[in-house]
Amino acid sequence: MSTFDSEIPETSPSGSMVPPRGRVAVATDDGSDAKWAVRMNGVAKSFGAVRANRDASLNVHVGEIHALVGENGAGKSTLMRILSGLYAPDAGTIEVLGKDVTGWKTPDAIAAGVGMVHQHFMLVPTLTVAENVVLGQEPLSGFTLDRNKALADVRALSARTGLAVDADRLVSDLSVGEAQRVEILKALYRGARVLILDEPTAVLSPPEVRELWQVLRTLQEQGDTVVLITHKLDEVIEISSAITVMRAGSTVTRLQTSDTTPRDIARAMVGRDVSLALDMIPGVRITHEHEAPMPPAPTGPAAMRVEGLTVASDRGTNAVNNLSFAIAPGEVFGIAGVEGNGQTELLEALSGLRRTKSGRIFLDDIEFSTMDVRERADAGLSHIPEDRHRRGLVLDYSIADNLILGRQHRFSSGFSMNREAIEAEAIAQIKAFDIRPPDASVPARALSGGNQQKIVIAREMGREFRVLLAAQPTRGVDVGAIEFIHAQLRKARDAGKGILLVSADLAEVLALSDRIAVMYGGQFACVLPAKDCDAERLGPYMTGANG
Amino acid sequence: MSALGFGLQAIRISIPYLLAAAGGVMSERVGVIALGLEGLMLSGAFGAALGSYYGGSPWVGLLGAVVAGLVITSVLAVATLRFRADQVVTGVAINLLVVGVTRFYLRLAFGSASNSPRVPGFGGEGAGIFASFENPIVYIGLVALPALGWLLYRTPFGLRARAVGEKPEAAATLGVAVTMLRVKGLMLSGTLAALGGAYLALDQHQFTDGMTAGRGFIALAAVIFGRWEPVRVGIACVLFAAAETLQIQLQGAQLVPSQFVEMIPYVLTIIALAGVVGRSVPPAALGKVE
Amino acid sequence: MSAATSTTGKSEMRRRFEETLLPPIVAIIIAMVVGDLLILTYGQSPATVYRLLLDGTWGNWYGFGQVLYKATTLTFTGLAFALAGRAGLFNVGAEGQLAMGGFAAALAGLALPVGTPAIVAIPICAIAAMLAGGATGAIPGVLRAKFGASEVIVTIMLNFVVLALLNYIITARLHVPETLHTPEMHAGAVGRLADSFASFHGSAANWTVIAAFLAALAMWHFLFRSRGGYELRAVGLQPDAAEYGGVSVSHVMLKTMMWSGAIAGLGGINFVLGYKRYYEEGFATGAGFLGIAVALVGRNHPIGILFAALLFGTLSQGGLAVNAIVPKQLVDILQAVVILAVATAVPEVQRQLRAAAASVARSVTSRAATTDGSK
Repeated sequence: MSTFDSEIPETSPSGSMVPPRGRVAVATDDGSDAKWAVRMNGVAKSFGAVRANRDASLNVHVGEIHALVGENGAGKSTLMRILSGLYAPDAGTIEVLGKDVTGWKTPDAIAAGVGMVHQHFMLVPTLTVAENVVLGQEPLSGFTLDRNKALADVRALSARTGLAVDADRLVSDLSVGEAQRVEILKALYRGARVLILDEPTAVLSPPEVRELWQVLRTLQEQGDTVVLITHKLDEVIEISSAITVMRAGSTVTRLQTSDTTPRDIARAMVGRDVSLALDMIPGVRITHEHEAPMPPAPTGPAAMRVEGLTVASDRGTNAVNNLSFAIAPGEVFGIAGVEGNGQTELLEALSGLRRTKSGRIFLDDIEFSTMDVRERADAGLSHIPEDRHRRGLVLDYSIADNLILGRQHRFSSGFSMNREAIEAEAIAQIKAFDIRPPDASVPARALSGGNQQKIVIAREMGREFRVLLAAQPTRGVDVGAIEFIHAQLRKARDAGKGILLVSADLAEVLALSDRIAVMYGGQFACVLPAKDCDAERLGPYMTGANG
Repeated sequence: MSALGFGLQAIRISIPYLLAAAGGVMSERVGVIALGLEGLMLSGAFGAALGSYYGGSPWVGLLGAVVAGLVITSVLAVATLRFRADQVVTGVAINLLVVGVTRFYLRLAFGSASNSPRVPGFGGEGAGIFASFENPIVYIGLVALPALGWLLYRTPFGLRARAVGEKPEAAATLGVAVTMLRVKGLMLSGTLAALGGAYLALDQHQFTDGMTAGRGFIALAAVIFGRWEPVRVGIACVLFAAAETLQIQLQGAQLVPSQFVEMIPYVLTIIALAGVVGRSVPPAALGKVE
Repeated sequence: MSAATSTTGKSEMRRRFEETLLPPIVAIIIAMVVGDLLILTYGQSPATVYRLLLDGTWGNWYGFGQVLYKATTLTFTGLAFALAGRAGLFNVGAEGQLAMGGFAAALAGLALPVGTPAIVAIPICAIAAMLAGGATGAIPGVLRAKFGASEVIVTIMLNFVVLALLNYIITARLHVPETLHTPEMHAGAVGRLADSFASFHGSAANWTVIAAFLAALAMWHFLFRSRGGYELRAVGLQPDAAEYGGVSVSHVMLKTMMWSGAIAGLGGINFVLGYKRYYEEGFATGAGFLGIAVALVGRNHPIGILFAALLFGTLSQGGLAVNAIVPKQLVDILQAVVILAVATAVPEVQRQLRAAAASVARSVTSRAATTDGSK
C-alpha cells in the first residue's frame, strides 16, 4: 500500500533557499534554521467556548510536501489560518523560514511568501482571472492599473507552472477545477514559497486531482514547500513526504511517509484508546468484530421507490441523473460517496425542497412527486437534514418550538397554537431522547452540537413515520451522541421503517447499512449488499475509477 | 424653447443627480447601501450656504459643503462599519438627522425656519440659463461619473473596491484592508453627494428647508436603473433630468399630467428591479458588513 | 442536573431581557445627552426645556390628547414595519401605504350616503383603508417573492409613486377649491375623546387609539401564539429551516407585505375618520419613517411598540411645547439620534452578551468535563 517514492531527502539542499525566480525575497541569512520552512510550537486558539487548537505544533522542511491530517474538527484549518495570518494565536510561537512571525497579519504572511488556498474559494466571481490574481498587488503604470501587464504576468505564471486557465475570463464562468487553479496562481503570484492547500481534492474529479499532484511536484522540484490539509489517507501516502497528525486541536505525532502505513496514521488520527472510532476513517479496512450480525434485508413491497429521478443543481447541470432505486421496509439503504456528487440534491428532491426535472417518487405506492414538503411529511416521510444549523433547526427558537417544526399545523387550531400540547410534546421528547439541558424554553442555539442533533432526531424519529431520510446524521456530534443516534437508527430499522442513509463517513455507512450504493456524478456507481462491502472495495467506485 | 435650450436645461437639472448618483455608485460598490444620499445632499446644500454666507465666497461654500458631507458620512461610517448597524435603518436615520440638523441650525444661524438669506453663488444673477454654466460644480458633475468609471476600472483602488463590494472575505485574504477601503469609498461618496447638494444651494443663492426634495432618491433610482455601472448610471441621470425638463416645458400644455412624468424614475427603477428589461443585480456584499 | 437546569433557564431569561431592553435604554440616554448639548448651544437650560416638554405633553389633558393622537398613527406604522421585520423584510413604504389607506377611507366615507350609521360606515371605511394599504404593500411583496426584487428599494420608490398619484387624483379630480384635500366625508366619522371626556377638549385624540391598542394585542397574539406567526418568524430567522418545516417562504413574504401594508393603511383612519373627516395631502409625511423608529425602539414587539409610539408621540408634541425657547427641530434631531443609537446598540449589545455567554459556556464546559470524569 505504501506507494511513496522516497526521492525527497529528509533535508533539502540549502541551495533551494535561493529564490529560483524573481520572487519576493525572504529571510535566508540565517543558514542554521533555514532548512525549516515552518516551525509552529505550542499554538493555542479558542473561539468563544470552542478550543480549536491547544498545544499544536507543525514543523515543515523546505522543499517538502507535508500532509497535515486529522478528522473533521481536529483543528487543521485553524492552525493553517494562524500560519497564514488570518487569526492571531492565543499562545505559541510561529517561525517561517527562520524568522519569528508570531501574531503576524495576512499582508505580512503574503510578503514573507506564505500563501493559502482555502477550501471555500476566495475568488471574486465578477472579476476576471487576471484581476483576481493581481488583486492587492496590482501592477501599475503611473497611477493606473496596468491591465496588460496583469494579463501577461498571469499568462506567464500559468505557462510556467502548468496551471492552465484563461486569464481573461470571468471567474464566475470557470469550472471548480479551474477556480482552484486560480487560487493557486494567486498564491504563487504573491511569491508564495510555502503553499498551504486546505482540502484541495474535496471538489475535484480524479483527473483534476492527478493534474494537481503534477503541479505540486513541479513546485516541489522548484524548491517550494507545500502543506496539504486532508483527511484522505490515500492522498497522504501518494503525494506527501512527511505527515503531521492532529487530534482534538493538538498535534499527536509527526511521521515520515516512507516509514508509516495508513493504519498507523489512522490510529494516530483517532487515538489508540478509542478502538470504536477506528472504522471512522475512510480508506482503512476494519473488521467489525463488535458488530452483531445483521439480519437479512426483508423482502416485500418497497417503503420508498424512486424511478428515473433527474434533479438540477443550482448551476443548472444535472446533479442527479436518471436515478432509480427502492428501499424495503426494515432496510437501511446507505449511500456513500465523496460529497458533491448529487447526494444533497437527491435528498432535497426526495423531501420536496427541490424541484425535480423528471422522474417519480413513491412512498408505499403513494405518488409523491407532486406533493409539497408538508404533504410528504404528513404522508409519513421523516427527514434529518444534512445541515442542522441551516435547515434542521431555527436556532433562536426554543427546544419546544423546534420539536414541532414541520408539524406546526398539527399543534394549531383556529387562531392559536396549542401551547399545552407543545409543552407536553417537548417534555416527553426531551426525556425520551435525553436532550440536555432538559429545559424546553432554552433556545436551540445554546445547546451543544450533539444535543442540537438530538432535537432533530427526536422530532423526526419520535413520531409516526414510514420512511426516514437521514443525511449526515452524526456530523459534528460527540462520540456519545453518535452511539445514541446509531442505536436509534437501528431501532427504527428493526421496527420496519425504510431508511435512506447518506453519509460522507464511509465507516458509518458500512456500519449501519443493509445495502450500500456509491454515488458518483449523480448516479450510483454500484449497489451492493453491505456484507460484500468494505472500504477497499468501495473506494474505487467513490473516485469514479470503476463503473 | 429651442433644442439647445432644452438640452442645457436638462443638463442643468441633471447635475445634482449626476453627482449624487456618482456618490451612490461609489458607496454601493464598496458594499454600503446608499439610502442616505438625500441626507448627504441636504447637508451639502446647507454647508454650502453656511460657508458661502460666512466666507463671503462660493468657494468657501464649496468647502463648507464638503466638510458637512464628510461629517455626516463619518456618522454613517461609524454606525455601519464600526457598529455594523443595519444599513437601511442607518440610511433612513441619516436622512431624518440631516433634516433636523439643518432646520435647527437654520434657526440658530439665520434665525429663520424656512430659508437662509441670499448667499454669494457662482455666476451672474438672473442672467438666464447660461448663468448656471458659470458654476464650476456643473463641470465637476459632468466628469464625476466618467471619472468614477475610470477609478473603478482602471486603478488598483477601483479593483479593490469592486472586490470588496462583491466578496470582501476574498479581498481580506489578499491583505486588502476592507474596512479602510470602505471608509475611503464612503468619504468619496459623501463628498460627491454633498457637492450635488452644494450645486442646488449655490445655483439658487440660498438654502431652503428640504431643498433637495427627494433628489437623493432619484439619484439612488438612477444607480439601480443604471445597474451600478457609472456610464449607464450617467445615462439614467440625464434621462430622468430630460423627463423633468419635459415636464416643466409641458406644464401649460396638459398633454400628460405632470405627476405621471414625475413617477418615471421610480417606476422605471421598480421595473428594472423586477427584471422585466434585463435584470438589475446589486453588488453581492451590499448591506453586509461582517 | 435540576440545579443546572434552573440556572440555564434563568440566565437565559436574563440574557433575553438584557438583549431586548438594553439598546433602547442606552439609546434614550444618548439622545438625552445629545439633547442637552443642543439645548446648551442654544443658550438654554436643559432642565427648563425638559420640564417644559413634559408639561406640554403629559402635564395637561390637551397635550396628553395630542400625544395619544400622534402615538396612534405611529403605532400603526410601527406595527406595519415590525410585522415585516419579523419576517426578515423591510417595509420602508409605510408612508405611501398610510396615505393610500387614508385616501381610500376618505373616498369610502364620501361614497356612503349621508346618515349611514357609524356602526356600518366605520368598518366600511376601515376595510377600504386596509385594502388600499394592503394592495400597496402587495406590490413589493409580489416583486420580492417572484423576482427577488429588494423590497427596500421598491417600497421607497413606491412612496413617491403613490404620493404623485394621489396628488394627481386630488388636484385633477377631487379637491375642494383652493385646498389640497378631498371634500368632507358623508359618513364614517370616529368620535373624539373630547366628546366623552371634556378635558381632552381641543385635542385630536379619538377612539382610533383603541383600535391601535387592539391591533397591537392582535398582532402579539398572531406573532407569538398562532401558527401563522410561528411560520412568519421562522421565515425571518432562518428561511431555509422554515422551508424545511413545510413553509412556503415566498408565500409568507407576499402575505406579510400585504398585511404590513394593510396595517399601515388602517392607520389612515386616525387622521381621516378621527380628526379631519377628509383626506389632506401630506398628512402621512414622516409618519412612515418614524414608524421605523418606533418599531426599532419597541424591538419589533407589539407591546414595546405601544410604549415606543408614546415616546415618539411625546417627542413630536413636546417639540411644539418647547418651540418658544428652543427650535422644535430639536426633537427631529433627537428622533434621528434615537434611531441611530438603537441601530448601533442592537448588534453591539448582542455581540457583548454573546461574548459574555461564550466565556460562561467555556467555564461550564470545563466544569461539566470534570463532572463527567468523576461519574
